[in-house]
Amino acid sequence: MTIKEAFDTMEYGPAPESAAEALAWLVDGGDRFGHFIDGAFTAPGDGFESRNPATGEVLATLSQATQSDVDAAVSAARKAQGKWAKLGGHGRAKYLYALARLVQKHSRLFAVLETLDNGKPIRESRDIDVPLVHRHFYYHAGLAQLMESELPGHEPLGVCGQIIPWNFPLLMLAWKVAPALAAGNTVVLKPAEYTSLTALLFADICREAGLPKGVVNIVTGDGAVGEMIVSHPDIDKIAFTGSTEVGRHIRRATAGSGKALTLELGGKSPYIVFDDADIDSAVEGLVDAIWFNQGQVCCAGSRLLVQEGIAERFHTKLRARMDGLRIGDPLDKCIDVGAVVDPVQLQRITDLVDAHGNEGEVHRAACPLPEGCFYPPTLITGLSPASPLMQEEIFGPVLVGTTFRTPAEAVQLANNTRYGLAATVWTENINLALDVAPKLVAGVVWVNATNMFDAAAEFGGVRESGFGREGGWDGLHAYLKPATKTKRLKQLLPVDKPAEPEVTDPLDRTAKLYIGGKQARPDSGYSRAVHGPRGQLLGHMGLGSRKDIRNAVEAARGASGWAGGTGHLRAQILYYVAENLSARRTEFSGRLHGLTGQHTRTTEAEVDAAIARLFTYAAWADKYDGAAHSVPIRGVALAMKEPVGVIGALCPDEMPLLGLVSVMAPAIAMGNRCVLVPSEPYPLAATDFYQVLDTSDVPGGVVNIVTGSHAELAPTLASHMDVDAVWSFSSTDLSAVIETEAAGNLKRSWVNNRRNRDWMGPEGEGRAFLRAATEVKTIWVPYGE
Amino acid sequence: MNSSTKVTPDATTGTGQTTLPQVTHTRNPGLPLDMDWVRGAQANRSAIERRTATLPGRRSVKKDYQAAWLLKAITCIDLTTLAGDDTEDRVRRLCAKARQPVRPDLLQALGMGPIHTGAVCVYHDMVATAVDALQGTGIPVAAVSTGFPAGLSPFHLRVAEIGESVQAGAEEIDIVISRRHVLTGNWQALYDEMREFRAACGAAHVKAILATGELGSLRNVARASLVCMMAGADFIKTSTGKESVNATLPVSLVMIRAIRDYHERTGFRVGYKPAGGISKAKDSLVYLSLIKDELGNRWLQPDLFRFGASSLLGDIERQLEHNVTGAYSAAWRHPAG
Repeated sequence: MTIKEAFDTMEYGPAPESAAEALAWLVDGGDRFGHFIDGAFTAPGDGFESRNPATGEVLATLSQATQSDVDAAVSAARKAQGKWAKLGGHGRAKYLYALARLVQKHSRLFAVLETLDNGKPIRESRDIDVPLVHRHFYYHAGLAQLMESELPGHEPLGVCGQIIPWNFPLLMLAWKVAPALAAGNTVVLKPAEYTSLTALLFADICREAGLPKGVVNIVTGDGAVGEMIVSHPDIDKIAFTGSTEVGRHIRRATAGSGKALTLELGGKSPYIVFDDADIDSAVEGLVDAIWFNQGQVCCAGSRLLVQEGIAERFHTKLRARMDGLRIGDPLDKCIDVGAVVDPVQLQRITDLVDAHGNEGEVHRAACPLPEGCFYPPTLITGLSPASPLMQEEIFGPVLVGTTFRTPAEAVQLANNTRYGLAATVWTENINLALDVAPKLVAGVVWVNATNMFDAAAEFGGVRESGFGREGGWDGLHAYLKPATKTKRLKQLLPVDKPAEPEVTDPLDRTAKLYIGGKQARPDSGYSRAVHGPRGQLLGHMGLGSRKDIRNAVEAARGASGWAGGTGHLRAQILYYVAENLSARRTEFSGRLHGLTGQHTRTTEAEVDAAIARLFTYAAWADKYDGAAHSVPIRGVALAMKEPVGVIGALCPDEMPLLGLVSVMAPAIAMGNRCVLVPSEPYPLAATDFYQVLDTSDVPGGVVNIVTGSHAELAPTLASHMDVDAVWSFSSTDLSAVIETEAAGNLKRSWVNNRRNRDWMGPEGEGRAFLRAATEVKTIWVPYGE
Repeated sequence: MNSSTKVTPDATTGTGQTTLPQVTHTRNPGLPLDMDWVRGAQANRSAIERRTATLPGRRSVKKDYQAAWLLKAITCIDLTTLAGDDTEDRVRRLCAKARQPVRPDLLQALGMGPIHTGAVCVYHDMVATAVDALQGTGIPVAAVSTGFPAGLSPFHLRVAEIGESVQAGAEEIDIVISRRHVLTGNWQALYDEMREFRAACGAAHVKAILATGELGSLRNVARASLVCMMAGADFIKTSTGKESVNATLPVSLVMIRAIRDYHERTGFRVGYKPAGGISKAKDSLVYLSLIKDELGNRWLQPDLFRFGASSLLGDIERQLEHNVTGAYSAAWRHPAG
């Protein structure tokens, strides 16, 4: 085209970024790569080809890790870990800082290599991915530096197995490696098989930084290698980002192993546009929401909800905007949408849209589509929530949508999903925005913006989008544990029925279940006699069953008003519970003495500790503050501490009153509702306790108590789809079954792995409980008039 | 800008003299003030800034395309002198530069015929001189008017000033709005004022200068843009060049989105002129890509887009020579204006 012709047509023309340096780096590596283990690359082994999705060209041949490779990586990590942790916060900070600087120095090489390998536009890898990586290491150098003074009493988990996806290969590496290293862990990381190259370049950088050998180990390969990491006995934690399906599998595979686990999974995030929004900006926001990285973004705003009155105008503007998108060579600096990562993914997207697109009105962007692994930006409007396209994660540049009438309906539709990763809200009305944001079931909410990320702001999901947060102080906690010594917990069994029951008082007192603020007989119609240590008959415990759990969960779900109340109100009620318990101190002490046969001094101490614990959480109820993070925008990123929802808990067996209170009080202080299964051998303290609850203005349904067999009730509680978290401090070995069953809806679980906890001591209360009782929701509110 | 009655299709692709494209769109007649529309206009600053901040990273024009775009930018420049020390000779020099903005040897090397700037923009007293100097070139003279830059002289004098400039041969009148009408939300007063200015212009085209740096918020910019278009503005323009903040990308985005909205709803095309602060060739490319992406190619012609600039041309000339020779250029190698 001549200049004259270009002058007349005003086309953009090609603006290619050179791939020369990145290709030279591959050639330097011989175009064949081994694993990075113990500070060195292994000889390339049998493996697979890594291709440029935009052209289909082979970029390099990578090695498929074997069990012995993984073993070697884990053992190198194990060997390095103690020394790495002992290096101290400042020592580790120096290395993280060096990594940050090296990423910055090689930023264009990383960006070009990422684009070659993944197919994302160079603009994104250059302007978004790599700068965020750099920022992540910087930020975590700071966390390492401050950790010892700010988080005393914590220690690293040990060796972390980290499995990352192909959509943000280097960025997800940074999100995994930086906090793990900052906290003093060592890692074995497996990049996705489609996109391992920048991880290998990062390995190179680790050597340039002089990182001690074995601190970072990188093994390449497919899901089988991931499986080896997940099931490796010498790994202490698994961190996974990827599909919900694989996340669920990992939850089951690690159940009961004692491995810590964080999962960052799929999403179908709503993008809500109210009728008073800046419509043009909301349309433009969708370019960053669903046409960012070809829509291969776990938190992509993929479900468009537009208020009915503006829907037609909005969709018209949106279609026009789509037609202006430029799709093509990812290395072109003038491209909006690049290549889909692999033909397999392209086929998946194509099949989903072909199968269900006709349920709505399909608009494909009018931009020319290059040959190869490309999918056109697509909008499908007029879908009903029942359409699979509105429910399933497409993971491609396909936006689906429907309309709503009122804010309440917007929230209802937004939350009508199994996922809960992110949400976007557009309105110029601050009242509306700040009313809707807390109601959205999501870990991240963007107001008048979308897909904003920063190392200082927690990111992560709820529901089947996973659990755990990445970024911020909360993200660091995912790589730490309390530095306390624990012992194996011995199972406490109920006192056997004596040959001749001793009845001390013939006047019967019937202990029932406590559901929805009412005493309820067990659905089973069965009871179990409870005997004191010397065989005296103390009463009967209703044998709760799955039906009772169902009813209790329903009551808890119904008491959602508790979450919306103020911390001050919850504090008042907790103080009132303490007051009423204190009034019955002698009686409870006697009950505990009767159940356990412990000395009265001991049982009095337990009651006093329970009263103190109620005070502790009454105190916390209005003090466990969120944060306004210092993120690099004009605006605020609010970290709101929200209740988890409905928490099911198997209470400690050994301290029938204090154990129950220790679990219940943090849960309800933070606005959760709970279903408690009290001490199995000593249940009658709990059934006395519901009378205290009854007289203390605790609203019905906030605390529900179902007595019975832990082993029998745990699976029901853990598998219940309407329970948001399950805790177990039971002396029965239930960790494996709970974690397995929790995989169903990927609820958070907190289990004791049959290790003890000193309920009388400081580890019996505090921030660990509060963290378990809350979800951090990050609400991004950019501002400016 | 030529009169809207002359319709010569596709003038830009003719050989030889690359003339201004003739106006082929119907002139915006305006419409009754629609307060629902005005009040419904929103402009979210953070989102708008994000769009404009990322645009230069999304759009890149290289090599020959870049040269072509820079030539296009020149044809869209209102070459301007608005200084108290302007003299007739100074204005004549400027007009000569407008007629021949790029060295002929460079144009030849680029394979381009002659081009000229979009207009020459002066104060009223220099209109006659400029009209004379541009005789037969097809380059219109634009006059800043209505008590430019503050617009606080008596209203009847402001209206009369338009008439005088039209009388003197100005084909385009750049009026300034009363910022106080925007700041007090008196949209009716703004509409009435603009209506009268438009009427006074007659066949001359009217550019409404919003002085966006003094309007307080992007929302006000959006609303003032709509009101001026409803009152019949042919162009909306950011600034006088005298405010402390002149043309910016966020302000431009707000104004061109208002233009787009106006076109979508009424079918009439209104032009856009950012003025002040655009002095680098690279900046002009970003502006052109913003126009192209938000409004479409139709707006990339001088009948719908102008740069109000005085030093931009010099930087573009240097870039064009670099394109031809591969060596970075120097200002003194290009004729002064």
